[in-house]
Amino acid sequence: MAKLIYDKTGRLLFTKEMKREYTLLFPMMAPIHFTILGNVFRHFGYHPELLTTTGPEIAQTGLKYVHNDTCYPAILVIGQLIHALQSGKYDLDKVALMITQTGGGCRASNYIYLLRKALKKAGLEKIPVISVNLSGMEKNPGFKLTLPIIRRAVGAIVYGDALMLLKNQTKPYEVNAGQTDALVDHWTDYLVKKLNKGEGCSKKEIRETLRKIVADFVNVPVCRTPKVKVGVVGEIYVKYASLGNNNLEDFLASQDCEVNLPGILSFALFKVDNRLEDIKLYGGSKIKFMVVNKLMRYCESLESILIECIKEAPQFVPPSYYQHTKSLVKGVIGYGDKMGEGWLLTAEMLELVEMGYENIVCTQPFGCLPNHICGKGMIRKIREIDDRANIVAIDYDAGATRVNQENRIKLMLAVAKEKLSNKEDTCGV
Amino acid sequence: MRIGLDIGSTTIKCVVLDDQNHFIYQSYERHFSQIIESCGELLAKIRSRFPDQQEAYLAISGSAGIGIAERTGIPFVQEVYAARMCVNRLLPGTDVVIELGGEDAKILFLTNGLEVRMNGSCAGGTGAFIDQMASLLNVTPEELDTLAKQKEKIYTIASRCGVFAKTDIQPLLNQGARKPDIAASIYSAVVSQTIAGLAQGREIKGNIVYLGGPLTFSSSLRESFDEALHTKGVCPENSLYYVAIGAAFCADQPIDLAKASASIAHYQAKGNFSYRPPLFASEAEYQAFLKRHSQCAVAREDLASYNGKAYVGIDAGSTTVKAVVMGENGALLHEVYLPNSGNPVPLIRTFLTELYEKKPDIDICASAVTGYGEELIRSAFCADYGIVETVAHFTAAKSFLPDVEFVIDIGGQDIKCFKIHNGAIDNIFLNEACSSGCGSFLQTFANALHYSPEEFSKLGLLAKKPVDLGSRCTVFMNSSVKQAQKDGASIEDISAGLSLAVVKNALYKVIRASSPGELGKKIVVQGGTFLNDAVLRAFEQEIGTEVIRPDISGLMGAYGAALYARQKAAPGQKSAILDAKALAEFTHEIRVVTCGLCNNHCRLTVNTFQDGRKFIGGNRCERPVTKAASSDDRNLYAYKRAKLSSYKDTDGSRGVIGIPMGLNMYELFPFWYTFFTKLSFGVRRSPISSRALYVNGQQTIPSDTVCYPAKLMHGHVQALVDEGIDTIFYPCMSYNFDEHLGDNHYNCPVVAYYPEVIGANMASLQGKTLIKDYVGIHRKKDFPIKMHAILSNYFSGITLDEVRKAAACAYAEYDAYLADIRQKGEEMIAQARKENRQIIVLSGRPYHVDPEINHGIDKLITSFGATVISEDVLSAHMKKTKRNVLNQWTYHARLYAAADYVSTQPDMELVQLVSFGCGVDAITTDEVRDILERNGKIYTQIKIDEISNLGAVTIRLRSLFAAIGR
Repeated sequence: MAKLIYDKTGRLLFTKEMKREYTLLFPMMAPIHFTILGNVFRHFGYHPELLTTTGPEIAQTGLKYVHNDTCYPAILVIGQLIHALQSGKYDLDKVALMITQTGGGCRASNYIYLLRKALKKAGLEKIPVISVNLSGMEKNPGFKLTLPIIRRAVGAIVYGDALMLLKNQTKPYEVNAGQTDALVDHWTDYLVKKLNKGEGCSKKEIRETLRKIVADFVNVPVCRTPKVKVGVVGEIYVKYASLGNNNLEDFLASQDCEVNLPGILSFALFKVDNRLEDIKLYGGSKIKFMVVNKLMRYCESLESILIECIKEAPQFVPPSYYQHTKSLVKGVIGYGDKMGEGWLLTAEMLELVEMGYENIVCTQPFGCLPNHICGKGMIRKIREIDDRANIVAIDYDAGATRVNQENRIKLMLAVAKEKLSNKEDTCGV
Repeated sequence: MRIGLDIGSTTIKCVVLDDQNHFIYQSYERHFSQIIESCGELLAKIRSRFPDQQEAYLAISGSAGIGIAERTGIPFVQEVYAARMCVNRLLPGTDVVIELGGEDAKILFLTNGLEVRMNGSCAGGTGAFIDQMASLLNVTPEELDTLAKQKEKIYTIASRCGVFAKTDIQPLLNQGARKPDIAASIYSAVVSQTIAGLAQGREIKGNIVYLGGPLTFSSSLRESFDEALHTKGVCPENSLYYVAIGAAFCADQPIDLAKASASIAHYQAKGNFSYRPPLFASEAEYQAFLKRHSQCAVAREDLASYNGKAYVGIDAGSTTVKAVVMGENGALLHEVYLPNSGNPVPLIRTFLTELYEKKPDIDICASAVTGYGEELIRSAFCADYGIVETVAHFTAAKSFLPDVEFVIDIGGQDIKCFKIHNGAIDNIFLNEACSSGCGSFLQTFANALHYSPEEFSKLGLLAKKPVDLGSRCTVFMNSSVKQAQKDGASIEDISAGLSLAVVKNALYKVIRASSPGELGKKIVVQGGTFLNDAVLRAFEQEIGTEVIRPDISGLMGAYGAALYARQKAAPGQKSAILDAKALAEFTHEIRVVTCGLCNNHCRLTVNTFQDGRKFIGGNRCERPVTKAASSDDRNLYAYKRAKLSSYKDTDGSRGVIGIPMGLNMYELFPFWYTFFTKLSFGVRRSPISSRALYVNGQQTIPSDTVCYPAKLMHGHVQALVDEGIDTIFYPCMSYNFDEHLGDNHYNCPVVAYYPEVIGANMASLQGKTLIKDYVGIHRKKDFPIKMHAILSNYFSGITLDEVRKAAACAYAEYDAYLADIRQKGEEMIAQARKENRQIIVLSGRPYHVDPEINHGIDKLITSFGATVISEDVLSAHMKKTKRNVLNQWTYHARLYAAADYVSTQPDMELVQLVSFGCGVDAITTDEVRDILERNGKIYTQIKIDEISNLGAVTIRLRSLFAAIGR
């Protein structure tokens, strides 16, 4: 066990010694992305381990240690971490936890504090917790989010977005069942190996690799019979994590739908852009603006590569450019709405409708404050702008049952299927 | 032939159509959750009726039909969609369909953009809710309908969930409100819930059709809808069968009926629900358990042969009335335990009459009353003492276990528990809002399944696989149960699961314990629900400790009251309680009036008794009772309200700006008022909040789970529009002022961005100007420049220089306003100290000053003789300190600072107001509690919502005062 060192405020630090010998557990969100992302850290000498546990015990553990009125993602994330620590699988003297912290005005910024409280309640306060954030909160001697890490992390997100998109647009139509998943696994393994070696994240490498990936997916034999196209938006955790949304993607697949989840890169761009918007709206440092703007441009250049590579295969619908998505909400909701998913959530709904994914599941934890505004609060306006939008808002929490959620989604799908068959009729004429 | 089956949460509806779509068969029956059996029987019936039909077009619909459809391969049609299909065919020209079912509520907008809405995870405002309310009133749903026709007035009842409504209705009953008025109020609550929850900003107009059970059976409910929507809706023939008919229409595959019957019969549920260890592994284990608990019994003596002093204790609880007669040595002489069918007065009268008949020479030395109906019963029968429930229970628990550390009482609709520290009640947990109703939930569920509560709970004792239902509000549990049934759980498993769930709710939702050690080792459990062995066992299992359950577990409140009466009685005292003669002449009349002494407009129930004595219930303050002068001079909330209303409406050469008076405007109004008047604008503010104002904007609320203060904003903006104001100023503000108390200075997401919701959902703003730009008052230097640019988008001719000057004045006024409030607060503190008054720091957000939001809690506290100040007075004294949470919201940072300050003051206590649905307060409440408890202070939290009854609040406050010895 490494020596435990605390900072002035009494926070347990993650030391350099720990970096050498500790396993870093982090909770699941988007499986493809997080598998790749974890390996970015491995190259830099950390020992990350993504938790892939599922099952009702996770929520139960969370409910036991976290205030039950807190948002559902906090209950699940903390539940998953503590459940892992209590599983006996890890040497508690050689394990630390890693969790992201956005630092926005939403209560999600408090997850790390809730996690520490929960650890204390569970008698696990000797386990160090690392905050992964871009705001300079909570520094640790043994952990630093350096520029090379950030650069590679953005690369990993680009790969994740690409694989997720290609998978979602191929799998529903594949002729040989299982082929798409196998391809995703193949490329995930490939990328994991590359990133472990510190390779694969230069712009040139990204472009080359993405081309190969796209080409591979193009070669999957498909039969593109028209299916109901469903977009999924929402609070980032319940949007991506099957643990949070009761396996929403699988359910939609079982209902014979094609799913589109807007990528994580646009969320990252949104979070960076917020810093620019803040300065534009309220004033602020010009230097900060320039620095942030540079990061923004870098991310956008990767976005261009991603979109261009996917465009090369006309059968795939590429993501929209961030700036285009952003332009869709002009006059709908202000760019100052930045807490949680903020205006981006509204924008993604409009973007999906524009791309032909007019049937939308808007997911949020029960009582999610930002989504009262940018999710449920904007549905009426979106329908005013484009009445093709067929949106259902679904709340997720430990008490909501799958039956009710699926029944509501089925209602949305019934309307969607009717429209789909009308469309087919028009095609026939 | 076409067959449509609609399997709902409580009923199965079936229609059979011939090839010309004529009805040839229909049926409507309750399935008592025996879905597979009922379904099989139904198909068999159809087959025997139409023996020559081998095949039919068959489809299943309904919320409980998904599972069976999936596994038998019979096509499923989503029920709302089915209803729509049917309406389109049978009633073309319909604009809106409102359908209420057992647990579902739906609105279908058919014209001008198809939209279908159904309730989310909340079963409030549905048939189940109406049934629950009817049983609370002890009438059948049909009787409820008839009752409502004789209404005279409507009370405000929250219908978000049955639990809320119960907390509204029970005090009304206890205060003697008329049943017809309550019945009508229940329907009106359902209407309001449907409109607020489902219309979500879309107007309900045109040709309206009512469908589903509740709307078919209750004409009063239809009338309530008609009234609220200013229209006359139609309830068509076959209104119960629309979903089934729609399913029949949608059926597109011929199905072999014999095969379908067979596959339903063979339908084997999966059996993969998650479950817990059994309560008792064997009958022997159960017997040992019974033996252990039977040892904890109170002494009893025969009433008839008893000679000596007697003490009467009465517990007029929410769903039951309990009364005991106790001898001088504590032995129980006589007891009654009766369901409270609404009005406890006649029950107690009967109890006393029978007591005097049985023992005419009884020597009652003293009597005490506790429970919800305490005041009414006490004044009706001239009982000597009133005692808050928590103290009554503690007194009783002590008599069984003198060094008791923790008492938990699960009653009909509430959980009360508290810790004992140094011989005083230290830490009270009452169930808030959504987890109450636990005991009665078991009962409701038992009834729904055709069992008596006793039978039902016994079923679970030896269940092999108790369903794991988690810890959650009981209303939501209903659907968890449905899911478990779908997955093949037996009634036994469900019964045991529900007992476990009640316990988990208490432990993890109310007490929020993480380990059994937290409760201590000496635990007394009581309340009617613990008479249930399954619940008791589940509790011991869950906390891993053996506990004491007195054999009078259900009577502990009454017994405690009797003990209290004995303790209080002076030697030789004779109780003032009505004697046999007075009782014979006893009369009780109830009148309902509205108090006009202040803005709360309390609905008072005036109870008059035979000798002209009066009891007034429903009041929030003492004024209607004592006619005393207002105690506003020791109420900083009242001072803030007065101060804000001193900014008078003005006119200006540049036009009038309307400001909605809610959320952060409660604090920033002086700022914006000064800013705009200095720029030569006139300023109009929306009126003081009221229920009517809320209802006026209710239709435009898109998210029904947002906090009440935010929902009120719709009413405020609508009020400004109705006043003819063309320009409304309500800016978005990510950031608030930085008071240097925290790591950041955000507003919460709702306060920050609610203007966006107003702009996107209030159609009445069309043609008006809503200025909802993002402003940053936290950057004093940049603000004028940015604000000038914003104003230039709406007005011409305003110069930057003007804006600078106006901004300077606005900042100065804001500072002066806060300084004034703080100074006044200090004066009140000094005065309180001079008069030796308790100081209550009523903490929340600035907008909790709104009387419609705090429901007069400030006045209630002053009525106890205390002085009320707010958190911002104290936070100004404090510096930034490290917190165990991310301290990033301006208003919330004040809470922590105030808690720190209160911790150092022996004569101050903090009471935190929390709005239901406030996600941020899940974080702040824990931290504030932590700060106070670390310093040996009592933490008191009050959850507020649309509900306007103060019963639970009073218990908390009285317990607080009792605990601190005031």
